[in-house]
Amino acid sequence: MDLLKIGGIELKSRLFIGTGKFPSKKIIPDVIKSSETQVVTMAVRRVDLEAKEENILEYISKDVIWLPNTSGARNAEEAVRIARLARAMGCGDWVKIEVISDHKYLLPDNQETIKATEILSKEGFVVLPYMSPDLMSAKRLVDAGAAAVMPLGAPIGTNRGIRTKELIEILIDEIDLPIIVDAGIGKPSEAAEAMEMGAAAVLVNTAIATSDDPVNMAKAFSLAVIAGRTAYLSKLGATKKCAIASSPLTGFLNEGEF
Amino acid sequence: MGFYDVYINFKDFDYDAFFENVTSTEIKRILNKNKINIYDFLALLSPKAESFLEEMAQKAHALSLQHFGKTILLFTPMYIGNFCVNRCAYCGFNVDNNIKRKKLSPEEIEREAISIAKTGLKHILVLTGESPNATPVSYIIDAVKILKKYFDSVGIEVYPLTQEDYERMVEAGVDNLAVYQEVYDEKIYDRVHISGPKKDYHFRLDTPERGCKAKMRNVNIGALLGLNEWRREAFMSGLHANYLQNKYPDVCISISPPRIRPHAGCFDEVHNVSDKNIVQYLLALRIFMPYLGITLSTRERASFRDHLIPLGVTKMSAGVSTEVGGHSSNDKGEGQFEISDNRSVEEMKNVILSKGYQPVFKDWMQI
Repeated sequence: MDLLKIGGIELKSRLFIGTGKFPSKKIIPDVIKSSETQVVTMAVRRVDLEAKEENILEYISKDVIWLPNTSGARNAEEAVRIARLARAMGCGDWVKIEVISDHKYLLPDNQETIKATEILSKEGFVVLPYMSPDLMSAKRLVDAGAAAVMPLGAPIGTNRGIRTKELIEILIDEIDLPIIVDAGIGKPSEAAEAMEMGAAAVLVNTAIATSDDPVNMAKAFSLAVIAGRTAYLSKLGATKKCAIASSPLTGFLNEGEF
Repeated sequence: MGFYDVYINFKDFDYDAFFENVTSTEIKRILNKNKINIYDFLALLSPKAESFLEEMAQKAHALSLQHFGKTILLFTPMYIGNFCVNRCAYCGFNVDNNIKRKKLSPEEIEREAISIAKTGLKHILVLTGESPNATPVSYIIDAVKILKKYFDSVGIEVYPLTQEDYERMVEAGVDNLAVYQEVYDEKIYDRVHISGPKKDYHFRLDTPERGCKAKMRNVNIGALLGLNEWRREAFMSGLHANYLQNKYPDVCISISPPRIRPHAGCFDEVHNVSDKNIVQYLLALRIFMPYLGITLSTRERASFRDHLIPLGVTKMSAGVSTEVGGHSSNDKGEGQFEISDNRSVEEMKNVILSKGYQPVFKDWMQI
């Protein structure tokens, strides 16, 4: 059984999904169901415990792992406070660190992310930091106690695919933690591509939430992730620049007579 | 360097000549670009671009979807005082206007807060006129402290303050600053702001930047459309937003496109700004700054606001009263202007849902 292990939990599904940008919160349970995801992230800043109908948590089943994220945090201190709030709200111990101090490109601040990861992992959180794919930062995140590393494929919400492929491949090769490609994946084929590369999982939100049929799109992503992972495990054939004939002209030399 | 240095570069700019030279080919080229510059933005504000509103709308819609999804944040303004020492030709609070003046007591603020909180809103914007004596900084801070008990996000739209005072506001729990230049053209600014502290063009122009320096999370700016030819003011508003966003990337910058509404007193030098003009402005803004917040007030009528939802708006007011104590009191101070959309929060919520969008009541909290 091919399972993904994070924070002591074994996961069958390698598709994590987000809950932002949907036309209605009411569609979220169906999206979760069709995606077959086991990990769902939500912005703590949108959690409203006082208003049942408006509370995002009301739409996420308890059967999946809640991954509250620190969206809105501009530095480590704010991320830490938001994570603690999430835990106090009953969201559990998993947290996705998002520290963004750039509203133009929404690129993460790796230094502040490392700081927040260190503090929160010491407090017993299962920390999944969202980061710009940089090897040294990833190594520091490992040292800081991260449970996985979540490099971006492209800036959040852009649906532009895995523009940082070379850098993510380095992280997959060098970092001894699950690498979860987060942000930028816009098509199921791109999710499959990430899995073929050897990513442990992908996190998808915008591509599902802003499609015309989020429930079916979630299903498409689920299938793509399974396909990509299966291909990875099956060891893709090597790519070559020149053609290799299926019936080589010198094959007779191996027939024993010569 | 402040924004005035940017303004100066365009002070004597020949807008008419620029607009005259914009071609359809150029508009098409701009709409095919991933990222546009300030002159592209100005071209999208040109009369020539009016023929491309549908193409602009398609692009603006796609960009909005990508960055914000199908969500609209709801909030409401709360007027806590309408005393004002300024003589502004276009404003109902003008010191010369014989209107009923009022400021809310702490008990009245609490009553007003309870009344608004019952609607489910979590974001509120506190407004006063400019009267450092009647509604000093300490009074506003006390009001904020009361409101924090009922709302997750408290913003202020009050008279310009110093950076130190904004820091005090942030410390008290304010995360959102709204301040409008009203009109960027210096000569017109001087003419319509007859007397009072608001006459100081530079102090007001630098106000959003002082808010950014004080670590406000959100800063909302804009021009009051109708005081000058709208394209110039729209351009300056966009330049100002771009300047702030580039210099303070950690602050979320927004623009409102308010139009002059009927108000107490009289001001009859209004430049006409049509619905089509507002649409063009919003679309050009969204294409220029895909990540910009766009706030729409109830100055606009209901049907028009509904049509603007898919065109890049990110934040809308609902259940609005511009009267002091207008949400809970029978003894109200007079409003700043007439509103055009009187719908309740519940009605707005249902309209947003019917458009296939999600009304968001809470998008921040005290941390």
